[in-house]
Amino acid sequence: MIVLWISTAAAVLLSFLFDRRKTWKGVHTGLRMFLRILPDFLIVLAAAALFLSLVPDRTLSHWIGRDSGLRGFAAAALAGSIALVPGFIAFPLAAVLLKSGASLGSVAVFITTLMMVGIFTLPIEKRYFGWRTSILRNALSFLGALMVGFCMGLIL
Amino acid sequence: MKKSQSLYIRLTILVLAAAGAFVSSKAGFQIGTRAVSHFSSFFLEMIAFLPVLFILIGLLDVWVPREKVERHVGKESGIKGSVWVILLAMLQAGPLYGAFPVSHMLWKKGCSTRNIFIYLGAFSTLKIPMLTFETGFLGWRFTLVRTALTLPVFILIAFAMEHLTAKKGFSVNDPR
Repeated sequence: MIVLWISTAAAVLLSFLFDRRKTWKGVHTGLRMFLRILPDFLIVLAAAALFLSLVPDRTLSHWIGRDSGLRGFAAAALAGSIALVPGFIAFPLAAVLLKSGASLGSVAVFITTLMMVGIFTLPIEKRYFGWRTSILRNALSFLGALMVGFCMGLIL
Repeated sequence: MKKSQSLYIRLTILVLAAAGAFVSSKAGFQIGTRAVSHFSSFFLEMIAFLPVLFILIGLLDVWVPREKVERHVGKESGIKGSVWVILLAMLQAGPLYGAFPVSHMLWKKGCSTRNIFIYLGAFSTLKIPMLTFETGFLGWRFTLVRTALTLPVFILIAFAMEHLTAKKGFSVNDPR
């Protein structure tokens, strides 16, 4: 976290030395984006907090905890494939789950399937690529995402 | 729904949730107390670096030479073309369905089937604003390992897609 603060400060300073107006514009855009997502961000944190206080720790660790094994991967892959959440919501959510005892492998599977597979966006994809190609791409991406998540669980 | 309307709805949800949590924790319900303590610990941890992340993303937005990359995309084929579409994808932001119109544009420009799927793979896994977020929340190691593993995987998928769609004749339609 300190590294992030220092590197951002350095980046702002460097950018400022090169171009004052561009720097101001960049910081301004960034902060405006921040304010725009803040309500969504708070809602997700509130929902996660409520969910985690309703669901007993045992249930959570049974499904996606360190010893959940294949069950954890399956639950995470299913959730990641059907969920329609943008990254700025998914990553805080993943961090919260990790903190609450979810296994790294299942969190990784959730993130990779979320990125690469979109079941609810299939109808949109089909209008560009047709059913066959869209389903093939999603099926292959699903397998690929599973593999990546599985390897991450082994490596990290 | 209008943007301002949906913002009001979200703010209302938040205020109601906050009120509910406050009342239930004051009344001594365990769920309320737990939810409030969960929420404040998540919130305090994340709010300390979230604005900083957005400042970084904003700076990237103004300094990245997007037009330069766009000029090269589609012209080159083979590996060079793959590198350009990956670069293009990394500089973009937003959900995957935002990438489909771009694939149509790429296809019209004469981009190969393989490179169109490489573009989609890179768009879904390597966008720089998203990587910034990933690093902020899940750490350097997670992001690096995830990136290193997904890159070869989506390139393999692109090769497979090229092979699988070759017989039927591949095209990207414009639904409008």
